[in-house]
Amino acid sequence: MSRSGKILLACVAVAALAALPELAHAAGALGDPAPVPTRADYPTVGGMGGRPVVWGLAQMHLFLAAFVLAVPIFVLMIELAGVLTRDPRYDAMAHEFLKISMAAYSFTALTGGGLALALFLFYPVVMDYMLRVFRGQVLFYALLFGMESVFLYLYYYSWDALRHGNRKWMHLAIGLVLNDVGLTLMFIANAWTTFMMSPAGVDPLTGAITGSVWEATRNPLWNPLNLHRFLANIAYGGAIVGAYAAYRFLSARTAEERAHYDWMGYTSNFIAVAGFLPLPFAGYWLMAEIYAYSQQMGITAMGGILAWLFIIQAVLIGTILLAANYYLWCGLNRSEAGARYAPYVKYIAVVIVGGFLVWVTPHSLILTPEEVRILGGTTHKVLGPLGIMPAKNTAVNLMLIFTFMSFQMFYRSGREPTVPWARAGNAVIGALYIAGIVNIVLAGIYGYITPTVYKVGASVPQVLTTLTIIIACAVIDGFMGRGARRNKIHWGRMSTRSQYALFVLPVAFTWLMALMGYIRSSVRTQWHVYAIMKDASPEAYIPTIGDAGNMITTVTLAFMAVIVFVFWLSQLGATKQAADSSEAPAE
Amino acid sequence: MTFLKVVAFSLAMVFAFALLANILPQVQSNPPTEEAVDTGSLDQAGQIAWGERLFTGKGTCTLCHNALGRAPDLLQLDLAAEFPSRIADPRYAGAAKEAEGPAAVEAYIRESMIAPSAFVVAGFGKKGTADKISPMPKVDGPPISLTADEINAIVAFLEDRAGLEVTVPLPSAEAVAAAESAGDGADGGPAETAAAAIVKFGCGACHDLEGSGADVGPKLGGIGARLDRAALRRAILDPNAEIAKGFEPDTMPQDFAEQMRVSELDLLVDYLSNLPAAEAAR
Repeated sequence: MSRSGKILLACVAVAALAALPELAHAAGALGDPAPVPTRADYPTVGGMGGRPVVWGLAQMHLFLAAFVLAVPIFVLMIELAGVLTRDPRYDAMAHEFLKISMAAYSFTALTGGGLALALFLFYPVVMDYMLRVFRGQVLFYALLFGMESVFLYLYYYSWDALRHGNRKWMHLAIGLVLNDVGLTLMFIANAWTTFMMSPAGVDPLTGAITGSVWEATRNPLWNPLNLHRFLANIAYGGAIVGAYAAYRFLSARTAEERAHYDWMGYTSNFIAVAGFLPLPFAGYWLMAEIYAYSQQMGITAMGGILAWLFIIQAVLIGTILLAANYYLWCGLNRSEAGARYAPYVKYIAVVIVGGFLVWVTPHSLILTPEEVRILGGTTHKVLGPLGIMPAKNTAVNLMLIFTFMSFQMFYRSGREPTVPWARAGNAVIGALYIAGIVNIVLAGIYGYITPTVYKVGASVPQVLTTLTIIIACAVIDGFMGRGARRNKIHWGRMSTRSQYALFVLPVAFTWLMALMGYIRSSVRTQWHVYAIMKDASPEAYIPTIGDAGNMITTVTLAFMAVIVFVFWLSQLGATKQAADSSEAPAE
Repeated sequence: MTFLKVVAFSLAMVFAFALLANILPQVQSNPPTEEAVDTGSLDQAGQIAWGERLFTGKGTCTLCHNALGRAPDLLQLDLAAEFPSRIADPRYAGAAKEAEGPAAVEAYIRESMIAPSAFVVAGFGKKGTADKISPMPKVDGPPISLTADEINAIVAFLEDRAGLEVTVPLPSAEAVAAAESAGDGADGGPAETAAAAIVKFGCGACHDLEGSGADVGPKLGGIGARLDRAALRRAILDPNAEIAKGFEPDTMPQDFAEQMRVSELDLLVDYLSNLPAAEAAR
């Protein structure tokens, strides 16, 4: 085929693909109102309703999908870093990261298939409507899933064949396409999820389809969720491979192995925290959009039946930040220069622990009637004010800034700046920190004295301040690091205890992801599709925190079992049986 | 050994999080239930009480209208004092000022529910709209979907709460008048006793009540010890919500919510709550 013929064929293929979602228009009765399910529309299997089955499968699928979509993102970046720095260690580590995720891929497909089956089995009427709304997009999703498989296997198995020279760039291009396909898959699934929260492209009274698939896709909460899940996936993927590295570090038999897995653990922690630091801001955007879409939905999440869940969220995030910081502080021992930062650790620890305590302080206390009588209410006079958003926003921003400071200390322990403006640069960084912290505290105080409707707005300058400090300090440090004298980093010089911090991250992250998913889903209250299609099943209630916590724990344990198996498989792949001398060929 | 230590450490953490979830306050949030109200027999006091229940229940008004400042606290607001300045405000775009006296207040309250952006109290508008658009949903549409009678009941409640004359008519005054002029009404009037209600709704045809000896439905002796009043109410109005072991769904009529008057439902719930355990009352 001629070159122009190929181009023409490609154009036709792309156009067909783009039109695919609309091709199925005729198949559905678009003008019909949304169905109104009755109790009879919710089959049970063995007396069991659909919710626990769908909840468990959906959460497992999300855990695995987050992991297998995230790993190729940072693998590609590490591979590129290897090309740019010509350091072969990056390439080996990227390949090892990808190997871990490969075994998880088939589990992702398995749980995805199970989830689809369960949805059609238990919620046929809801799925019928969703298929009517998203029409051929579902076929497009299936097509992308096939492409994801092809490019993932191609990326992994061509690693050694496309290792050097121009071929390496070809390999990077395959990785790029793999990530494009993976992210598109996630964005499509996010559209279905967010459509159920903030339906668009349908008549608000009847649910009849009035718009295109694209209108339903770009509903008000789609992009906030896209960003939130993109960042969360990176943090999550980093945390899981960090646990792999920590386990291999603890099981290492040689100093060389320890050094390798220490470096791998450090990189994983870096990825996890780098994805995690901007996550609260993406969460803030998502919640602000939820409030803008429906104040009722926002209040249900933050100030209503689900409000106590945010105390658990605070405990989980506090645990993650404490563990990540502890690991970084232990890392200062890897170099002699790190010792000079050790005196500052205690101050950072005070801020992180203090922030954590403020964050977990509830506005209303759980008290006996006698205690309520003595206290004169359910709110403590001194601690009560710490339970509202201005205090919590201030605490979170300070925790993030000081976590970044821990990172910066470790980064600087490996470098001695030689640029002539190093002193001035340090002064600017110091001034940024001081001015930023003062600004965050003042904005927090302003949050107390302004009416409720402006309280959330008061957190915007806090968020911008934190981002400014992180970005500006990273840029200044980057320039100061040019031509810097490198200090020797003794990889492998880490305590056993420090590695347990790397197990804290994935466990807390997994629990946290399931918790936030439960909150996000529950804000729809008794609606399948908010204000369009009511849930008429006997399970249309929001379960208690305890019931939800037990379900989250069950799914987390199941996921941990799968991950242990995946780790074992990836190790098994590298194990070679020693030759039996009795089977040696005769001379 | 390392593997076991890591697994034990991870499990301890997971169970600590689960423990935390189980020691916090445990509240299950059920979807709002449609209250069976006999609008034909409501007097003004009953309508006001119904309005209050809707205000805190199905209407979800207190989600925002409370002391936390998301929306004006209607239970504390002196509406009589506030009202004149609101409709005199140049931003006011509603039609309530065309009415006069108490009728204007009634129109304003109703309008604020079905067209909340007609006037937005300063500081409570949707972000970026300069208080021109209210974040409040129209209560006659989803997700709240109050009926005209329910909106009227809330208006009556708020008028009464503000110490104003309640101007809202009873929901079906015409129907009541028609029923009175036709003698006892189409359905023979509400049952006065539990026994009469049992006969009227045919409960004894399936349940062993009042000596009927029927066994199509479960025995109800001592049911008051197992179910509280709310659960009994639900079992009558939504019988498929929970089916007793050994019995089939869809056997009991599903439309008692439409058939029964509130007083009759209360009679039955009282009766069942006190039904002795040994045998069905005779």
